[in-house]
Amino acid sequence: MNLPNVFLFIGLPYIAMVIFLVGTIQRYRGKGFKVSSLSSQFLEGRALFWGVVPFHIGILMVFFGHLTAFLVPRGVLLWNGDPLRLLILQVTAFSFGLTILVGLVGLLARRFTNARVKMVTTKMDLLIELMLLAQVVLGLWTAYAYRWGSSWFAADLSPYLWSLFKLEPNIVAVSDLPLPIKLHIVNAFLIFAVFPFTRLVHVLVAPLHYLTRPYQQVIWNWDRRAVRDPESPWAPTRPKNN
Amino acid sequence: MDIRAQISMIFHLDKCIGCHTCSVACKNIWTDRKGAEYMWWNNVETKPGTGYPQKWENQSIYKGGWERDEVGRIHLRGAGKKRGLMNIFHNPALPSIDDYYEPFTYRYLNLIEAPAGDDQPTARPVSLITGEPMDIKMGPNWDDDLGGSPDYARNDPNLEGMTPAERDAMFQLERMAFFYLPRICNHCLNPACVASCPSGAIYKRGEDGVVLINQNVCRAWRMCVTACPYKKSYYNWHTGKSEKCILCYPRMEAGYAPACMHSCVGRIRYIGVILYDADRIEAAASADQKDLVRAQTDILMDPFDEEVIASARKNGVPDSTIKAAQQSPAYKFIKVWKMALPLHPEFRTLPMLWYVPPLLPVMASVKEGDARQKDKLNPMAKTWADDWLYDTSTEELWGTVEQARFPLKYLASLFSAGDTGAVADRLKKLMAVRIYRRWKTAHDVPEAKMRQALNDTGLTEDSAEAIYYLTALAKFNDRFVIPPAHREQAMEMLEFTGDVKGSTGFGFREHPERGL
Repeated sequence: MNLPNVFLFIGLPYIAMVIFLVGTIQRYRGKGFKVSSLSSQFLEGRALFWGVVPFHIGILMVFFGHLTAFLVPRGVLLWNGDPLRLLILQVTAFSFGLTILVGLVGLLARRFTNARVKMVTTKMDLLIELMLLAQVVLGLWTAYAYRWGSSWFAADLSPYLWSLFKLEPNIVAVSDLPLPIKLHIVNAFLIFAVFPFTRLVHVLVAPLHYLTRPYQQVIWNWDRRAVRDPESPWAPTRPKNN
Repeated sequence: MDIRAQISMIFHLDKCIGCHTCSVACKNIWTDRKGAEYMWWNNVETKPGTGYPQKWENQSIYKGGWERDEVGRIHLRGAGKKRGLMNIFHNPALPSIDDYYEPFTYRYLNLIEAPAGDDQPTARPVSLITGEPMDIKMGPNWDDDLGGSPDYARNDPNLEGMTPAERDAMFQLERMAFFYLPRICNHCLNPACVASCPSGAIYKRGEDGVVLINQNVCRAWRMCVTACPYKKSYYNWHTGKSEKCILCYPRMEAGYAPACMHSCVGRIRYIGVILYDADRIEAAASADQKDLVRAQTDILMDPFDEEVIASARKNGVPDSTIKAAQQSPAYKFIKVWKMALPLHPEFRTLPMLWYVPPLLPVMASVKEGDARQKDKLNPMAKTWADDWLYDTSTEELWGTVEQARFPLKYLASLFSAGDTGAVADRLKKLMAVRIYRRWKTAHDVPEAKMRQALNDTGLTEDSAEAIYYLTALAKFNDRFVIPPAHREQAMEMLEFTGDVKGSTGFGFREHPERGL
């Protein structure tokens, strides 16, 4: 257990988590206007389609794959008990990784070549896209070179991540991992750290509540009945809209 | 019965001179910001024409509004819970900025600062998006006054239901006619934008029915742009938020008229309160195509009815608002006189801006001394002496397509979901009022003919006089009947518009900086 490992796998994740939590809450509450997906489809739609759709589908699948292995490592190991099922899982995950790569490269190319899209590209957009690109390349490399990822993730990395959450960090398993995997893990923490300062915040406001709300929304600026009732006092707070 | 109040506007299209003052007033106040340059919350279109954005009425392209299924229920055409969330990464029906126009300015400074040379310095047009020199291909009123008709007017989506002969008749040089169509957000009773917003950022204000986008909640999922069949929700490409007409609610709360209405040179706009029954919105929106105009008119309630007043009071509608509803010019035009029609009722959003269809371009022009034409007209037409210009008869007002300069079918496609009868009724009323006033002031129309015209259209001398007054003489306070501000309901009354100019919108203190 040397010092760089302690910093990268104990210090960095905690720092990243604090920045992530404080940053997103601050951005949502203090700069709510800036919480947006910042779509540029209005300026350019065709190239976007070929980038954005594979990217999102791929990254959602891969993200939930990682999440599953983190939450139910035992289940993943059980599934992987049969070599055929292991192969299916690995190939599927790898294909989604490739999908992300294809989409992301397309999106980056679009950012650099389209004059209009360039105008709405910020430094943080480029930074996060390059970080994601690095993450995907490292992930694919890991998956290809160090088999079988889904099994050793469940067996070694899940306990490590859980140990972080339990505030009893145990980095024995991670310390000896090959370099690409270490980079993949460190880059993941870095992505969490810059998350609140990028357009990625739109992930946290994914509109799933749309499914449960009625289509039409009417908002009374003030309680329409109370405000006319001399018996009731004025509403003590401003209404929630605006 | 669930009675609510709605601010409604009437556009008297015969009076619109197409000066675009409303558009400019609106732009100067609300959309002279980066990312909003291309937006015209208020725009004036020449009809026939493709409009702004190009062919916005063609929902097979833009997928806006609601459509009715076989069972008689309505669904959003291009958005909604399933389709909206499925297409959230890439919305196939989203118009691009090229469907509107690429905003531009000119390098004026070059005129002053260009170094001495052999050539006259020029101010080159540059894109307001990229800043690069560009060739201007389109602007917000590229087809103004039928300019470029082969490309624009002839591609008007409303011509779809017409035969090639009818279309050609419209574009013969001697017959060519057009009118202007000013458009702002319709502040619908069944707004498709509200229904389509995945974040729930768009809402209808209960107090006055203004449809607003909460800029802090908008996440640029862009569904409202697709869903609004009038294309009156715009995407700000710079801030990554959608914006739309706010009916100048900060002005209205302070007792001023909306800027477009206040600046209207032709005084074509009337604004007033309407009471409607919210319980019947769904039924009205899903009515059969041929009943749409009637259904949408029926849910607007009589503000003098005791039961309506009681229900409105119970809902917290202030007495001053009910009083304004009783004096409302909008209610008179829509319900009492039945002269106004909604724009494209077939989009089923129940728009609350109504239009008095234009009579002038429809009136048949008849060549002087054409004996064949003369025989076709009834005697009333000849009241203008023998060298008349217009067919003024009420019975055979439109004659055949050959006679009418502007086919009724076209107007019906715009204002009554294809019901030519509804348009004809309105136009005949406009005509009858003219005949009545002609009888009264110029004395060259026989009284019997005047009475026949009024009877045919169901008007009385009193109502004709009232229509004439509100059309021709109305003072500002007759046209703008909005209750005085209710401070307890106002959101922005204590703010000065100048303080937040250049900001994202009222009630919003943050500078509209783009997200990181």
